[in-house]
Amino acid sequence: MAEANTATGNPPRPVNRSSGRPDNLRLLLNNKLATAGLAIFALIVLTALAAPLLPLPDPDVTAPADRLFRPLSEGHLLGTDALGRDILSRLIWGTRVSLAVGISATLIAAFFGSLIGLVAGYAGGRVDTFLMRGIDMVMAFPYILLALAIVAVLGPGLLNALYAIAVVNIPFFARNIRGIALGLSRREFVDAARLSGESNAQILFIEVLPNVLPVIIITMSTTVGWMILETAGLSFLGLGAQPPQADLGSMLGDGRKILFTAPHVSIIPGLMIFALVMSINLLGDGVRDVLDPRLKSGALTRPLARTAVIRDIAPGDIEPSPGAVLDVRGLKTEFRFGGEVFKAVGGVDMRVGRGECLGIVGESGSGKTVAAMSIMGLVPTPPGRIAGGVALLEGEDLFAVSDERIRQLRGSAVSHVFQDPLSTLHPLFTVGDQLIEAIQSHRSMPKSRATERAVELLNLVRIPNPAERLKSYPHELSGGMRQRVCIAMALADDARIIIADEPTTALDVTVQAQVLALLDKLRRERDVGILFITHDFGVVSAICDRVAVMYAGQFVETGATGEILKSPAHPYTAKLIDCVPVLGQPERRLDAIEGRPPVVNNLPIGCAFAERCPRAQDDCRAAPIPLTEFGQGRAVRCIHPILMEAGHG
Amino acid sequence: MADAALLSIEKAERVFGGGRNLFGRARPAVHAVQDVSIEVRRGETLGIVGESGCGKSTLARMIVGLDAPTAGRIVFDGRDLVAEAGRDLRRLSREVQYVFQDPVASLNPRKTIRTILEAPLIHLLGLDKQARAARLSELMDAVNLAPEFLDRYPHEFSGGQAQRIGIARALAADPKLIVLDEPVSALDVSVQAQVLNILDGLKHKFGLTYVFISHDLSVVESVSDRVAVMYFGRIVEVGPGRSVFRHPRHPYTHLLLQSAPAPGRRSLVSDDATAELPDPYNPPPGCAFHARCPRGTDLCNARLPRLEAVSGDESHQAACFHPHERR
Ligand SMILES: Nc1ncnc2c1ncn2[C@@H]1O[C@H](COP(=O)(O)OP(=O)(O)OP(=O)(O)O)[C@@H](O)[C@H]1O
Ligand code: SF4
Ligand code: SF4
Ligand SMILES: [Mg+2]
Repeated sequence: MAEANTATGNPPRPVNRSSGRPDNLRLLLNNKLATAGLAIFALIVLTALAAPLLPLPDPDVTAPADRLFRPLSEGHLLGTDALGRDILSRLIWGTRVSLAVGISATLIAAFFGSLIGLVAGYAGGRVDTFLMRGIDMVMAFPYILLALAIVAVLGPGLLNALYAIAVVNIPFFARNIRGIALGLSRREFVDAARLSGESNAQILFIEVLPNVLPVIIITMSTTVGWMILETAGLSFLGLGAQPPQADLGSMLGDGRKILFTAPHVSIIPGLMIFALVMSINLLGDGVRDVLDPRLKSGALTRPLARTAVIRDIAPGDIEPSPGAVLDVRGLKTEFRFGGEVFKAVGGVDMRVGRGECLGIVGESGSGKTVAAMSIMGLVPTPPGRIAGGVALLEGEDLFAVSDERIRQLRGSAVSHVFQDPLSTLHPLFTVGDQLIEAIQSHRSMPKSRATERAVELLNLVRIPNPAERLKSYPHELSGGMRQRVCIAMALADDARIIIADEPTTALDVTVQAQVLALLDKLRRERDVGILFITHDFGVVSAICDRVAVMYAGQFVETGATGEILKSPAHPYTAKLIDCVPVLGQPERRLDAIEGRPPVVNNLPIGCAFAERCPRAQDDCRAAPIPLTEFGQGRAVRCIHPILMEAGHG
Repeated sequence: MADAALLSIEKAERVFGGGRNLFGRARPAVHAVQDVSIEVRRGETLGIVGESGCGKSTLARMIVGLDAPTAGRIVFDGRDLVAEAGRDLRRLSREVQYVFQDPVASLNPRKTIRTILEAPLIHLLGLDKQARAARLSELMDAVNLAPEFLDRYPHEFSGGQAQRIGIARALAADPKLIVLDEPVSALDVSVQAQVLNILDGLKHKFGLTYVFISHDLSVVESVSDRVAVMYFGRIVEVGPGRSVFRHPRHPYTHLLLQSAPAPGRRSLVSDDATAELPDPYNPPPGCAFHARCPRGTDLCNARLPRLEAVSGDESHQAACFHPHERR
């Protein structure tokens, strides 16, 4: 049936997620420093590669008569060294050697290091212990000392220096790669590959390796510069390139003795080493920035402490609705990426009275979290911004008050409880420390008094033996207990509103039932308003007086929970209720909602649900659908709502 | 032949940790699965419910050979394939497959859907190129995805589509039994139904047998012929779905059913009941549910209740000294 819709509809391609090569190159070129690095490095490499073609004198032919010419002398652009050899020629040939050795050493170290890391990480257990202890042993020696020792055993020479540099760098690769491989090997796709009949070697090289490759490349690009420097170091000490062959290190070493009489002999190769290593490192950093997924997602850009508010028209004095603690009107929140605007929340009204619980229900991505986080300015900027509306907390416009005031209100008058308690609780401090800090941060009181208060709070959220529990660390508590501690923290300073975003979704059913019962009791006893976000109508029934159904950034239906469940008026609400199995009605046919919600950077003019709506008609697509009153205390954003007589369920 | 057991689990046990460390000191052991015996009949869907950490996934992984029991046997179709799986997983994988909870994490981000679906065809069935192409289009058709999707990468798919790919992979080698470990838990409510409906269709079309694991009672109720309830590593109640859900005998099943949120009902649970599981390193000698059980007595604390038929109905068993009456 309509299933084909989903099957043939193109999955949306997120604008900022494609990972093709041209894209990466463009990203790299966006970075000015990396581009400069790339240009210098390319110039050096091309010159070095072209050495045999260039009209250069033989770098190793000595001409004692021409010794120590200054730069810019006739026939010797960069002068000559103590044996009368042309410095320009030696420099280019020497760079060639240094590059070749540095890059070969990197490749060797990367190959063996990555192999060890991959095998150790994937195999785990004894193999891992054995390999990594070996690596630790290598790392126990000071780096350059080990290289010196290896050359001392093998004897001086360029090739031996190469081996030494490669060997001392293997642990670096092995450790980096092992960590990644270890994580990947516990991922489900590895189990899936095993069940698809792949052998261990196939899994390691076909499944795991491609995912590790970017890390190997990052590690290589950030180490090759150092390896060139280390080779130069060994040659400088006379352990690398042997005369008459030149590399940058040995040239530097040759010039050292005559540093004062003929400084150019050592300064020129020194500058070259500097330019080479510098350009490689700039380029390497650029490559890392492009390939590192964390940097790509912007997770490392530091957002502002509060969401930017950019309202077209500053609203005049708005009278808060009587009895409302929180009164949000016309809230709009957007995300901007490049030229595109994602209207995550497109004009939402929320009203919560004392001791009232308003539920927001909707599919993933409908904007529930963004709407709730906008209230206290917790949406990250960039890319988020509040583009319109007001949020009145007992009459005070939260979008207009100072940062200082918001900071005061956060955690006191307005508290948050999140899905994952571990995102609120710090793992390294005891529950007591954190509770006491929360209490003292809003009201100064002596520690002993704060401790008493903490015990009271834990009692309130029904944690047995609270005085003892204060000494526990979060990981020592069960999921349900942790969530209770978070609720206790939310209550630390007489909250008037608790914003709870899926607070029970991660909990087991029996625990969920208790946490819901607890929240329900608290709001009745302490008159706290709750804004409760969930995707589960069952949970809504358990606690919410009123419910708002959200779709593509807007509320499509609001009203009393019981009424909406009994006779949903909006086709989306009806479908959302019908698509989940209900306990006690196993025979009920599940009615899937075909298709998927529209992407919020490209909303249709008319009804956002029209594509998936069985009742859609032409007029639905023509113009925006307003949220209109639909009986007492109810509103629906639909021009062909399901009427009660038509009967549902 | 409808009643023949396709899979029978006999006193399966999985202990993690344990043994002695380098210095001969005993390491703590956790019994993730203990003394589990159950049969899965040809063509049925066996639902397994229980809360996090009760051993559901460990049991599932043992059935497909990703993990091995430390004691007991798992016999598939009369052969002890699971024991052989340690040496050669492929034979078992041709018969028993697995669908993972997180659809996106179970697909390698750097492989196209074609490569992912071809793996079992190559490694398990050894099909040639032509046969593979034919099978691939059959599979995509079975899970209702357009064949164009074959050359896309996993991140381009929504959760529901990704899970259908996971199902197609499980189907690829034409197995008899599929273990579904929370197959819809990571999906949005609106797509859960799609996936459940597809699973139902496939079962009839290919004559499959399912072991369906979930913490969501309403989902399990809607898909299962028989249901097993697990608590703290053991099966505490098992029976026909209808009977277990309508007339739960074990106090834990009772509590689960009361706790489950359902549209149109307020919670029936008090907020101060304890919900703590026993310490897995120091399990109680008797019934593991005793600390939370409103019907518990001293007997329960002293002895372990065995899984037994309740009031003469052989198909419905519970491990409890004081089971609820049939309502
Ligand atoms: N930090 C962010 N940067 C960019 N876009 C974001 C950000 N946070 C949310 N969005 C976008 O805003 C929209 C609404 O997301 P939101 O998290 O509010 O959904 P939700 O209804 O809470 O979903 P869920 O049920 O999955 O929690 C989505 O399109 C999402 O991709
Ligand atoms: S306005 Fe039209 S398309 Fe939108 S929900 Fe109502 S009937 Fe469906
Ligand atoms: S055996 Fe006793 S403690 Fe265990 S569930 Fe039954 S009545 Fe409760
Ligand atoms: Mg959310």
